[in-house]
Amino acid sequence: MTDKQIDFTQSVSADGAVKLNSFTAEKSYDILVLGGGPAGLAAAVSAHESGAAVLLIERERKLGGILKQCVHDGFGLLRFKERLTGPEYAQREIERFIATEIPYVLESFVVDISHNADGNYTVCTQSAAGMKSYSCKAIILACGCRERTSRQVFIHGQRPAGIFSAGTAQYFVNIQGTMPTKRCVILGSGDIGLIMARRLTLEGASVAGVYEIKDMPAGLSRNISQCLNDFGVPLHLSTTVTEVFGTERVEAVAVEKVDERMNPIPGTREVIECDALILSVGLLPEIELANVLKIPIDPATKGPLVDQSLMTQAAGVFACGNVLHVNDLADWVSVSGETAGHGAAAYCRTPRAFSQSAVRLEYSKGDFLYALPQYLDPAASEPLTLFFRSRADVKGKTITLSLGGEKAAFSKKYRRLIPSEMEAVPVKALSFGDRAQYSIEMR
Amino acid sequence: MEIICIVCPNGCRLEVSGEGENLQITGNLCPKGVDFAKAELTAPMRSLTTTVATVFPAFPRLPVKTRGEIPKGKMLELMTKIRTIVVDNPKKVGDIILPDVFGTEIVATAELAI
Ligand SMILES: Cc1cc2nc3c(=O)[nH]c(=O)nc-3n(C[C@H](O)[C@H](O)[C@H](O)COP(=O)(O)OP(=O)(O)OC[C@H]3O[C@@H](n4cnc5c(N)ncnc54)[C@H](O)[C@@H]3O)c2cc1C
Ligand code: SF4
Repeated sequence: MTDKQIDFTQSVSADGAVKLNSFTAEKSYDILVLGGGPAGLAAAVSAHESGAAVLLIERERKLGGILKQCVHDGFGLLRFKERLTGPEYAQREIERFIATEIPYVLESFVVDISHNADGNYTVCTQSAAGMKSYSCKAIILACGCRERTSRQVFIHGQRPAGIFSAGTAQYFVNIQGTMPTKRCVILGSGDIGLIMARRLTLEGASVAGVYEIKDMPAGLSRNISQCLNDFGVPLHLSTTVTEVFGTERVEAVAVEKVDERMNPIPGTREVIECDALILSVGLLPEIELANVLKIPIDPATKGPLVDQSLMTQAAGVFACGNVLHVNDLADWVSVSGETAGHGAAAYCRTPRAFSQSAVRLEYSKGDFLYALPQYLDPAASEPLTLFFRSRADVKGKTITLSLGGEKAAFSKKYRRLIPSEMEAVPVKALSFGDRAQYSIEMR
Repeated sequence: MEIICIVCPNGCRLEVSGEGENLQITGNLCPKGVDFAKAELTAPMRSLTTTVATVFPAFPRLPVKTRGEIPKGKMLELMTKIRTIVVDNPKKVGDIILPDVFGTEIVATAELAI
């Protein structure tokens, strides 16, 4: 480890004054874990247990990530065989992490990463105390996901106050304890929107309805049942919001039915009075830091392309949790954190580049929304856990995974596969045979 | 009749037919689905998760839940009771926030450390 040293750089502020910025160069570590949600916590613990010197960096005041605001239950059935709420799940992971005495810093925002000539990385953080930089051999990206916003949804009309994402509404209600609406319309049937329909109803607001442009809900069926049906909140499929009224604050929205091509059907327009439009139109992996390093992204998952140890195409940079793809269960997020943690520790012992001989996963885009890890690298030691989502709602299909031209490494008939429910396939023994092949099929 | 089992994220679609002695439940991946469907037909129960107010500006809401389940129809009634609570001292996960509600109790689901 290098000693602490202080570097100075100059910057010129708007009024022309020259300012000295101090960059405190901290100790160097084997691995920096960026993000303290369930993915980062699990990654840090498993990297530490594999013998690496780890530092975890989190921008918020507390560890736990987005789970802090997910006060509903349904977490942990796979990992803890118990039905836990988000904060309880986070608490268990935090306690495990704290017990290892892995160092961590809070309220530190990672703003930049650079790859040095010696193969190491330098990570710069910003906090109230100023800028700091850390050097490390490997990085684990565990920054979670972000919500699609109104900018990614096309609606006519002005942009008055009162249009916000379901996650923002969740933050207002569950963390701040303020009610962002008295009567709202929810656009999109993603899980967070469904959960907020129940949450807002319980807190005394009225939810006029959930409107989904597709002919199929985006969220889990159990959430349709327990969050909408239990409270008599109607779900309107093949219907979308086409106009927002109000100048300062939302006063009403117009909804219209759409045809198969998602074009509004004339004569179906209805105006609904409300003071808020809540968007639950999906989540996207947070890949800002991956972009800084120009890491190749999979257009299907919207996260980095990785091998089975979850290493991206930048040697030594790993990704896990919702950075990789949007998971529907925190339990799988923790599993991917462990994989990345082991993988990164192995990398620190034996650095390797993303192998030229890594085999690309083949699948039919007509059958699958996505599948990952996208590469199988004979040089990566981790066992394979394959994740996939079906493109359509299908029944009685058999999924077959083939490796190295040998007989099926995995084959299972599924009663039903739907896009909103992710499937995971753990494959223990990896053998390539002499033919490099890695593919999944749906029949 | 179709009932979605909400006991776990699998969300099995339970097909219910017949009545009384001849009640038939299919589509469940595990035995819990059968118990769930029976309860749904007679006395549906739910767990309730919410937050309560605190006096601490840095931590204005404490997440809580019912330890067990309560009758489905009592959720809004319980919410009005929960809304009157203000927590004014540190709590650990599992600490009782409100005892004796519909045969169970309200407990903290996060740590409130000052
Ligand atoms: C609003 C919302 C609600 C959700 N609700 C559910 C749910 O009910 N059930 C469920 O299973 N899943 C839910 N999800 C998905 C959820 O994100 C995952 O289950 C899981 O919590 C993801 O874990 P993670 O560690 O990948 O990300 P997160 O929990 O999001 O953790 C990422 C962490 O990285 C930190 N971070 C990000 N960028 C930086 C940076 N530049 N510098 C430093 N730190 C940084 C963040 O502050 C955060 O703490 C929800 C997601 C969102 C956005
Ligand atoms: S029947 Fe069993 S597996 Fe299916 S949702 Fe209910 S608890 Fe889960």
